[in-house]
Amino acid sequence: MIQRRISSIGEYIFLMLRVFKRPDRLSQFKNQVFVEFKLLGIESLGIIAIISLFMGAVLSMQTAYSIASPLIPRYTIGYITRSSIVLEFSATIMSLIMAGKVGSRIASELGTMRVTEQIDALDVMGINSANFLILPKIVAFVLIFPVLVIISMFLGIMGGYLVAILTGLFSVETYMFGVRSFFVPFEVFYSLIKSLFFAFIITSISSYFGYSVKGGALEVGHASTRAVVQSSIMIILFNVILTQILLT
Amino acid sequence: MIEVRNVCKNFEGKQVLKNISVKLEPGVNNLIIGQSGSGKTVLLKCLLGLHKIDSGEIYFDGRNFTAMNDNEQKNIRKEIGTVFQGGALFDSMTVEENVMFPLDMFTSQTRQQKKDRVNFCLRRVDLQHSNKLMPSEISGGMKKRVAIARAIVMNPKYLFCDEPNSGLDPKTSILIDQLINELTREFNMTTIINTHDMNSVIEIGDKIAFIYKGNLWWNGTNKEILNSENKELNDFIFATQLTRHLKDQS
Repeated sequence: MIQRRISSIGEYIFLMLRVFKRPDRLSQFKNQVFVEFKLLGIESLGIIAIISLFMGAVLSMQTAYSIASPLIPRYTIGYITRSSIVLEFSATIMSLIMAGKVGSRIASELGTMRVTEQIDALDVMGINSANFLILPKIVAFVLIFPVLVIISMFLGIMGGYLVAILTGLFSVETYMFGVRSFFVPFEVFYSLIKSLFFAFIITSISSYFGYSVKGGALEVGHASTRAVVQSSIMIILFNVILTQILLT
Repeated sequence: MIEVRNVCKNFEGKQVLKNISVKLEPGVNNLIIGQSGSGKTVLLKCLLGLHKIDSGEIYFDGRNFTAMNDNEQKNIRKEIGTVFQGGALFDSMTVEENVMFPLDMFTSQTRQQKKDRVNFCLRRVDLQHSNKLMPSEISGGMKKRVAIARAIVMNPKYLFCDEPNSGLDPKTSILIDQLINELTREFNMTTIINTHDMNSVIEIGDKIAFIYKGNLWWNGTNKEILNSENKELNDFIFATQLTRHLKDQS
């Protein structure tokens, strides 16, 4: 078991060494990056928008429900909603969701390419298949995920704003005052740094599991599941490490 | 010419190729035949460099492929065209983009030059009106023909075909065999075909290597194979009623 883990880590490192080489054709590489922007980034906008909006709404409602004491000011609702979204939700929870969506997509795409010999076809042509297939995914997602995180932050806060308008649980002015209170810009920076790490974790780990598939359709399914599970575990682990390094 | 000298390959202690030596000649169809699990696909993948051999040497026109570094091997690979068993077409690309792909990666030709070359290759495999189709929209036989077009687009010196007629009906299978045969002669390629299709053996087997339990068991031509005295070879080729009938008639 331990030996297999160590062997997997070794294979992952060797794969990354093959990935991070100069692309054979820069023009092809640029085209691929733009394709991946669309597939991994733009096509994730919908799910990110829906989840962020509703999560912001629920966070503000739960906070309003929890603040029963008149000693706690009502603007705390906006403050807690913003802090939760900026510090944790938009980077970490969104990364876990993206590990499911983007990670399984990458692993199953590469796994299918492996079992249908498309990766062998690239290798036989003399193309570094790991570099050609994986690097554009990593570059595209590392560049676009922080943008998605910022959109998620904005929409999450908007969720609370809509609750204020639609339910009257708290006033818009109080909520917005809370959102602006005690704002530390570094919190956004911290979240964006985390998102860069998480984007790399999701794409590289999922690519590893997809690229190294052996067998057929069943193994592609297993690889996809393992990619999501391992990416999620690594996101949680690095969340603790990065929080320790950056916030304490 | 490709020369294989004393090639051995093991997988987890099991010897799959045992001291294989064979010469694969240009301008003719070199067939590697054998039962499933005999080691013929492993041999083909060793020749392509997809598997590293444990011992022995492989020469491409006198150039020792096994002693080369990755960059040197890359240059040889540009001279190789490969037709994989399932076609291995890139799902996200159209037929035209699939065939154009090696030109995009390895040449500095203009868009028009590349298009002309792609159209020539597609015409050559009788698929002149399929440029914009996706691989999911074409039949198995068409996929094989697109794979052949992609394999020849760079004017390769060596053409490798892994079971080119598996999964095809007999008529399409014959068409694919004839196409490979014509192209081999037209471009004087060293063509290596991995197959267990007896029709291919009889029709286009200019040179045949029979692999049995990892050994090169028999070497000869399609004229000689029907009269061979080799028991294992006879068990393999006359396994069906049709081939037994053919032997009786000859």
